[in-house]
Amino acid sequence: MTRFTRLRGFPLSTWLPLGVLVVITLAVAVGPAFLPYRAEEIVGDLWEPMSWAHPLGTDQLGRDMLARVLEGGRTSLSLAAVIAGLAFLFGSGAGLTAAFLGGWVDTALSRAVDLLMAFPPLIFALLTIAVLGNSIPVLVTVLTLFEALRIFRLTRSLAMEIAVQEFVAVARLRGEGIGWILFREILPNGMVPLMAELAIRFVFGLLFLSSLSFLGLGVPPPAPDWGGMVRDNAPAVSFGLSAPLVPAAMIAIVAVCVNLVADSLLHTRGRSRSAEG
Amino acid sequence: METINAAQPILQVRDLRVQAGSQPILKGVSFDLYPGEVLGLIGESGAGKSTLGLAALGHMRGGCACVGGEVLFRGQDVFSLPPRQAGMLRGRRITYVAQSAAASFNPAYTLESQIAEPLRRGGGSSGPIARTIRNLFRRLGLPQPDIFGARYPHQVSGGQLQRAMTAMALAPEPDIVVFDEPTTALDVTTQLEVLAAIKQAIREEGSAALYISHDLAVVSQISDRIMVLRHGQMVEEGTTRELIDTPKQDYTRRLLNVSHAVVPAEVREDARDEVLSIRGLSARYGSVPVLDDVTLGVRRGTTLAVVGESGSGKSTLAKVVTGLVPAAGGTLTFAGKALRPTLKARDKDTLRRMQMIFQIPDTALNPRQTVGEIIGRPLSFYFGLPRAEVERRVADLLRDIELGPEFARRYPSELSGGQKQRVCIARALAADPDLIICDEVTSALDPLVAEGIIKLLRRLQEEKGVSYIFITHDLGTVKAIAHDIAVMRRGRVVDCGARDAVLSPPFHPYTELLFTSLPTTREGWLEEALAKRPDPDALDGTAPGASQEAGQANARTGHRRGADRPVASGMGG
Repeated sequence: MTRFTRLRGFPLSTWLPLGVLVVITLAVAVGPAFLPYRAEEIVGDLWEPMSWAHPLGTDQLGRDMLARVLEGGRTSLSLAAVIAGLAFLFGSGAGLTAAFLGGWVDTALSRAVDLLMAFPPLIFALLTIAVLGNSIPVLVTVLTLFEALRIFRLTRSLAMEIAVQEFVAVARLRGEGIGWILFREILPNGMVPLMAELAIRFVFGLLFLSSLSFLGLGVPPPAPDWGGMVRDNAPAVSFGLSAPLVPAAMIAIVAVCVNLVADSLLHTRGRSRSAEG
Repeated sequence: METINAAQPILQVRDLRVQAGSQPILKGVSFDLYPGEVLGLIGESGAGKSTLGLAALGHMRGGCACVGGEVLFRGQDVFSLPPRQAGMLRGRRITYVAQSAAASFNPAYTLESQIAEPLRRGGGSSGPIARTIRNLFRRLGLPQPDIFGARYPHQVSGGQLQRAMTAMALAPEPDIVVFDEPTTALDVTTQLEVLAAIKQAIREEGSAALYISHDLAVVSQISDRIMVLRHGQMVEEGTTRELIDTPKQDYTRRLLNVSHAVVPAEVREDARDEVLSIRGLSARYGSVPVLDDVTLGVRRGTTLAVVGESGSGKSTLAKVVTGLVPAAGGTLTFAGKALRPTLKARDKDTLRRMQMIFQIPDTALNPRQTVGEIIGRPLSFYFGLPRAEVERRVADLLRDIELGPEFARRYPSELSGGQKQRVCIARALAADPDLIICDEVTSALDPLVAEGIIKLLRRLQEEKGVSYIFITHDLGTVKAIAHDIAVMRRGRVVDCGARDAVLSPPFHPYTELLFTSLPTTREGWLEEALAKRPDPDALDGTAPGASQEAGQANARTGHRRGADRPVASGMGG
C-alpha cells in the first residue's frame, strides 16, 4: 500500500483537524506580512472590542490582537516544534540503543530516566530556570530533556518488541552493523506509534511552555507568545472582556487538533494490523 | 421429548454462507451429521473449516456474519435461539475442543474445577460430577486419574492438557463434539496417544463429532466420513474408505499424494568431504543443558535432516552453528576452518557462506521493506554490487524461486505464506552460500505449499550444489529431502547415518517410534501403531538396551557416525 492511498482512507475526523492545523500554520508563518499593523505597534485604546479594523480587538496596551496572536504563534509553535523534534531525536536514539544493546547500557540509561522522571517536571523546570535565567536556550534544553524521557521509554519498549523478530536475527546473521539494524530494520517498524508520540509530545511541549510563560518564567519579553499573552491580558477577565481567551483558545485548538490527528494515526495502525493478521 | 431416530440427522447444515466484510468465507456448504457419527472436515488454511466448525456451535467469529443458509440442531436453527438457550446448547449439547488447550484453560484454577463448571451450572451435585470426570480421565489414559484434576494447567504436559480439554468437552455427555485441530500443536508421538484416546472416548460415549484438521491422514484414522473443503466450498464428500481409496476430485488426489511420501531424494554416495563438522558440541541455557556431546557432519552438496520432537535441542543446534547462541564445548569446522563461537568473532565471508531460513516467514521478512530490497541487501552487502546489477540479480533470483520479476516491488504483506518462504529462500541464495540451515521451513505451511517448497529446495541443491541442514519435526518431509538423517532426543543425537540405513531395519527404537507414529491413511493404522509402540519413557538414551542396539546398527551399516555414545552424566531429567 502506498502512502497516498493510506492517507485517502482517513475519515473526516482526521481531515478536519489536519486542515485547521495547516491553516493555523500558514497564517502564523506568512500572515503577519499581510497585516497593516506590526505586533509591537500601539494602534488604539486598550482592550477595544472586535471590529473591522481589529478583528480580534486590541490587547492590554492597545496593540492589535490578531497581529500579536500570529506573532505569538510563531514563537510558541516553533519552540514547541523544536523541542519535540530534539526530544524525538535524542529520546528515540537512546531508546533504540538501550533496547538493542541491552546489558549495562540499557540498565544505566533506564535507571537514569527513572530517576529524572521521579522529579515533578514543573518544579524541576522552575528551579532550573530560576538558577540559570529564562533564556530560550535554557527553556529548550529543560523541556527537551523532559519530553525525551517519555520518548525514550516508548521507543525502548517498541524496539524490544521488534528486536526479537526473526528479520532482525537475519540481519545480525548477515553481519549488519548496529546502524543498519537500528535505523533500517527496527525503526521503520515502530514509525507510526512514534510519529503519534511525536505529535503528542509537541502538544505537551506547547502546554508546558505556555504554563511557564503564564507563570512569567517562559519566553522572555518582548517577543509575544501565547502563554505570556494570556498572562498579560488576564486582568481583562475581571471586566468581563474576552481578550485573554483569544490566545488561550489558540492553545486549546492546536492541542485538540494535534491530538485528533495523532489518534487517527494510531487508529489506522490498529486497523491495518488486524487486516493483515 | 421425542426419541431420536438413528436415521435422522442430529445436525443439518444447509447452504451455509458466511462473509467477513465483503469477503466470502463459506460459499454455501451443506452436510448432515448423524448421531454417533464422526465427520472429518479437511482443507488447507483459508478453506473455512474452522468457521464451519464454530457455526455448528451457533457461533460466528468477530467480523464474520452469516448471510445465508441455516444450521439446524435437532431441527432447530441455532442462530435464531435466544442467548440463554444458545448458551445451554453450547456448553452442554454441543461442545468444542480447540487447537491450543493451553490458551483455553484458565491458569488460575485447577483442571477439575474448570471441567466441572458447566456441569455444576447445569445443576449437578459435586459427588457424581467428580466421578464422571475421573472416569473420563481414566478413559482418556491420563496418569493418576483420581488426583489428576487437582493440578493446574501449567503442571501438566501439552498432550495431557489436550486430553483434559477433551474430557471437558465430553463431560456433559454432549450430542456433538467439535474438534478443531486438537493434535496439530503436538509432537507425533504425543499426537498418537491423544488421537487414540479421543477416538476411543467418542466411540464409548457415543457422541457425534466434527473433526477438523489439515492432515488427511489424521482425519482418516478417526472419521467415518470425510468432507474436503477448499476456498469455502465443498470439493468432495464420502465415507473415509471411499474417499481415500477412490478419490473423485483432482484436489483430493493431490492432498492424498502429499501424505504419501514424495519421491525420495537420491542417495549421494560420492560426496565425502564435509562442509560442516560438528564434534562433541554442547550448549546450555543458564544451567540447563540443551545440547550434549553432539557429533554430526554435513557432506558437501547434500542434506542432513535433523529430526526430533519439541525439546530435543534441534533448533538450539541451528542457533549454535550460526553463532546466535555460543557453544559451551566442542568444535565446529566449517569449510575447512574452525568456526568461531560467536557471531561477532566471525568474518563477513564466513557469515556469507552460511545462511539460515526460519520457520515463520512472516516474522523473518521486514514488513517495511520490499521484496527487492530484502533480496537485494545481501548482494550489495556481501558483494558490493552496484544498484543496476543488484536489480538484475534480484530478477534472476526471483525467477529461481519461481516468482516473476514484478514481485520485487511488492511488500511481504502482499504475499501468501508460501511466496514469503520462497522470498526467504531467495534471500539466503543471494549470498551464494555453501550451507543453508533450514529451521522447520515447511512447518507453518499448508501441505501442498510445503511440498512445493521441498521440490524447490531440492532443485536448487541440484543446480547450485548447496548443502542443507534441514531441521524438522515433520517426518514426512524427511524422506523427500534427506541424504543423511540425525535423530535427536533430549539434547543428544540418538541415531544418525545415511537415510536408507536409518530408515531400514534394524531400527533404533526411538527412530522406529517416531516413524511409526507418523499417521498414514491406512485403515487400522492407529490401533496397530498404538499396540506396537514401546513405552517412550523406557527409551531414555541412558537405558543400556538402547545404546547397545544402536552400537550394533553402527557396526552393521558402517555408515553411522558418532551415534549414541554412552554419556556418564545423563541429561538430569
